[in-house]
Amino acid sequence: MRRAVIAFTAFMGGLIFVFLAGASTAWAAEGEEVKGTLRIQGQPVAGVKITVATDADAPVGEATTGADGAWKVAVDKAGSYKVTLDQATLPAGKALRDPNRGTLTVQVFEGNARNVLFGLVDANAPPQGQQGDGGGSSYWTRVAQLVFEGLNLGLIIALGAVGLSLIFGTTGLTNFAHGELLTIGAFLAFFFNTVVGLHLLIAAPIALVIAAALGWGQDRFFWGQLRRRKTGLISMMIISIGLALFLRALLLFLFGGGGESYDQYVAQAGIQIGPISATPKSLIAMGIEIVVLIAVGLALTYTRLGKATRAVADNPALASSSGINVDRVIRLVWASGTCIAALAGILLGTTQNLNFQMGQQVLLLMFAGVTLGGLGTAFGALVGSLVVGMFVQVSTLWIPPEMKTIGALVVLIIVLMVRPQGILGRRERIG
Amino acid sequence: MHAESLPAGKAAALKAFEGMAAEPGVPKPDPILVVDNVVRRFGGLTAVNVNHVEIQRGSITALIGPNGAGKTTFFNQLTGFDTADEGQWTFNGQAMNGVSAYKVARKGMVRTFQLTKALSKLTVIENMRLGAQAQKGENFFRGLIPGLWRGQEDEITLQAEDLLQRFKLDAKRDDFAGSLSGGQRKLLEMARALMGNPELVMLDEPMAGVNPALTQSLLGHVKNLRELGMTVLFVEHDMDMVRDISDWVIVMAQGEVIAEGPPDSVMSDERVVDAYLGAHHDAPLSAEEEERQLHEAEAELDKESTE
Amino acid sequence: MDWTLIFSRAVEAGIGSEAIIYALAAIGLNVQFGYTGLLNFGQAGFLAIGAYAIAVTVSTFGLPFFLGVGIGLLLAVLMALLLGIPTLRLRADYLAIVTIAAAEIVRLVVRSVALSDTFGGTDGLQAFSGSFYDMNPYPPGEYGIPPIIGFDNRSMWVLTVGWVLVALASFVLFMAMKSPWGRVLKAIREDEDAVRSLGKNVFSYKMQALVIGGVIGSMGGFIFALSRSAVQPDLFSTDLTFYAYTVLILGGAARILGPIVGSMLFWLLLIFIGTGMEEAVNSGAITFITVNQVGAIRLMLVGLGLMLLLIYRPQGIFGDKREISIDAR
Repeated sequence: MRRAVIAFTAFMGGLIFVFLAGASTAWAAEGEEVKGTLRIQGQPVAGVKITVATDADAPVGEATTGADGAWKVAVDKAGSYKVTLDQATLPAGKALRDPNRGTLTVQVFEGNARNVLFGLVDANAPPQGQQGDGGGSSYWTRVAQLVFEGLNLGLIIALGAVGLSLIFGTTGLTNFAHGELLTIGAFLAFFFNTVVGLHLLIAAPIALVIAAALGWGQDRFFWGQLRRRKTGLISMMIISIGLALFLRALLLFLFGGGGESYDQYVAQAGIQIGPISATPKSLIAMGIEIVVLIAVGLALTYTRLGKATRAVADNPALASSSGINVDRVIRLVWASGTCIAALAGILLGTTQNLNFQMGQQVLLLMFAGVTLGGLGTAFGALVGSLVVGMFVQVSTLWIPPEMKTIGALVVLIIVLMVRPQGILGRRERIG
Repeated sequence: MHAESLPAGKAAALKAFEGMAAEPGVPKPDPILVVDNVVRRFGGLTAVNVNHVEIQRGSITALIGPNGAGKTTFFNQLTGFDTADEGQWTFNGQAMNGVSAYKVARKGMVRTFQLTKALSKLTVIENMRLGAQAQKGENFFRGLIPGLWRGQEDEITLQAEDLLQRFKLDAKRDDFAGSLSGGQRKLLEMARALMGNPELVMLDEPMAGVNPALTQSLLGHVKNLRELGMTVLFVEHDMDMVRDISDWVIVMAQGEVIAEGPPDSVMSDERVVDAYLGAHHDAPLSAEEEERQLHEAEAELDKESTE
Repeated sequence: MDWTLIFSRAVEAGIGSEAIIYALAAIGLNVQFGYTGLLNFGQAGFLAIGAYAIAVTVSTFGLPFFLGVGIGLLLAVLMALLLGIPTLRLRADYLAIVTIAAAEIVRLVVRSVALSDTFGGTDGLQAFSGSFYDMNPYPPGEYGIPPIIGFDNRSMWVLTVGWVLVALASFVLFMAMKSPWGRVLKAIREDEDAVRSLGKNVFSYKMQALVIGGVIGSMGGFIFALSRSAVQPDLFSTDLTFYAYTVLILGGAARILGPIVGSMLFWLLLIFIGTGMEEAVNSGAITFITVNQVGAIRLMLVGLGLMLLLIYRPQGIFGDKREISIDAR
């Protein structure tokens, strides 16, 4: 065991080493600065002028957002600064969510790069809070758009949740580090994409292969060893929290705290399909997600390995006694689960900024999906995730978008009260 | 039978059962527990479907049946550990369906488990103390003031030590229960159940996993419960033991009570033999039976893996 | 390298407000997780409730300070009840998921723009600790043992109140765990069905543990708010809960002194390593990382420490391996 842990640590260490060279370029710049990325519904907004002045209105500098929506102004010392977005330079049809918040006062601390956010909205869309009674076609357009976005989010959650659920089903582990598997996938692709310089379409498959290997190794050298030591499930759950903290900090160490984006597929013009506006990349991403999820479903239902997986999830002891190599099945579940999670991370990275917390931020939604569907049933996780994603987006019809996650979590709690076994789960037998 | 040499409890029990018709659901002169139409289903499987059964007060009644007959599930229904889908049962005339497990225990109906639940990380004496009812110190606020519960705790300790001595566990008083052997744990669990001075003791396979040397002493303890005025209902597989200690036997198969009677005659009952060997013992297993057996095996494994 | 600075910061952190806050959070978790086996992953939410109760009562509504304290305790009880009722009858991991979700709900609500008039949005609230510091008996000045320990009079007041709270909570817990009440909790941790079969209302005991642990956690929130004279929503992220678990396991779960020693040691080590590395980088002794990355390394060490503790010494410093709860299912 000790050897295995050392091996695992060495492996992680090696990983750090490999990354060091490339990552140094990605490190946050030293010295103080204010920066940000202008986005609307995940799409960058370019060509917007932003000026920075000191508290006493002495101008410090200005910047124009690039193709990726990013802007950055260096300031010479820590202190309080006024950041103004020139609303006249906003592209047609875009506006500040709150026109009075065109100038923000921010504190910049020593050695800190301060992120400044401006909330943008589609000027054509009805303003928040009034749409409900507006009725008419614009309301239904909005509903259609939100259902579409909900499906989009739900599919990403589902990709993560399927792995989470399979791992839970086969090993009983509630893996709190699963969010980080998404993040790692996204950043592996980022590494090969921006640092090594491969096209994302090449970088992503490489990242997926490495992620699968990582998943396999994780079970071979870490979780599998812990299982052999008969480590309790609750211990393992807390160990996974430790692992999550570690991995997240490692990513922060390597890539810094700011947002990153891939070299390709950053800005794309939306296309209109009926009432829905979407970018081609998100449509393709959804296509990939659906194909992968169907493939996973088919594999679970029809292949020998899939059947074995479900047998192990159902009853490991029985599966083992009927000749299934439980350890091998679990290892493959880890490999494929990690690989699918990495895919989710990469796809998520094409629609939003990559940052070291991106996986953690959807972890709770994955849990919600898995729990809603019934712990440990892969198909339940799928359905549950779609419901969660849909609910999160559609609920913004009635509640402010910043609170949409709350809605999903509240529903999770209520569902547990009414139907603790989840949507597709079975009632447990008491022994 | 040497009626004169029998202990009083045994004699009384035998007298009560004398001449009773050996058929399922037969009424008893002084029932402590009366069960009507208890049904429990798991999905499509009806695990328990008991029409009518009565347990005679002051007797030792055995509940036997082949694997998967629903004995433990039936226990779970009666003691509130699982909710029955239908049916009602009364304990001392009080309706007990829907009553939660801890209230069932407080009313004087205490059970043990097939897989022993000795609390291995508490000492033996702490295990025993836990069994006592109505402890003042079990309230958070009163617990903070030792003066309020010390007296009662001392009494409980005396009672516990007395029981430990009877069960020959006094030497283990301050050991962690986890260090005990399987048989000693069974003894501890039984002794702990007695701390609450129950009227009805329900033992789920008290002999399972006990080494033969301890079996006799365990049997003696069970018999002794009856002499102390308690009623015992127990699930058991070991027929020799059933024959040795029980006054009356109830046989379950496929969730139903199929036979009742005194231990000597019930074993030869055709229905019982059929149930144990399968009604068509020369025919291959039907698909249903196969599935049932698989289910049973799964449940057992589940139980083991959750232990 | 300025070793005096490194030691001074480390020692001050080991006895400072951070240590108090995490000690209280971990004492609460000790009741729930250590003794009863309940996985409350939402302790941050209880701290947030405590902190925001004072801040909102005083700063937003201009009501008296002690009313805020009372509201905080009351809300902590309510939140525990709210979380416990649906989940305490279910499997252990459901409570974990529901509590972590609930803590996030609390954080998202107090940081929302829509309610920023009440909670102050992402900036949080200030200007509520005046009446607390008005009660400060320490005259202005520096206190401590120069050159290592030095606190101003405001810190001294927070530290005094904080450590008194820690001592009080530990004493109450000590008495409670020695009583038959504590015996029932420990038994539940191990096998709740056995306890049920002995006539104990397991649900009620679990609920009591959840409530008591939550209330102690909310006291940590009081100290959090008062020591900074400010509250901000993102200080109450799930990481706070996980650090509190690290603290508890480091010191030893199911031990009265575990959370206290764990918290002091945790902060001492964390700040020692953090400041040490910063100094090393600044003085040029370490060249391959930047000061910005020291924070990340510190976080990595916390995660690594948590993993290694659970693998090699799950009983922590004080724990008794025979009695440790976390191997139980």
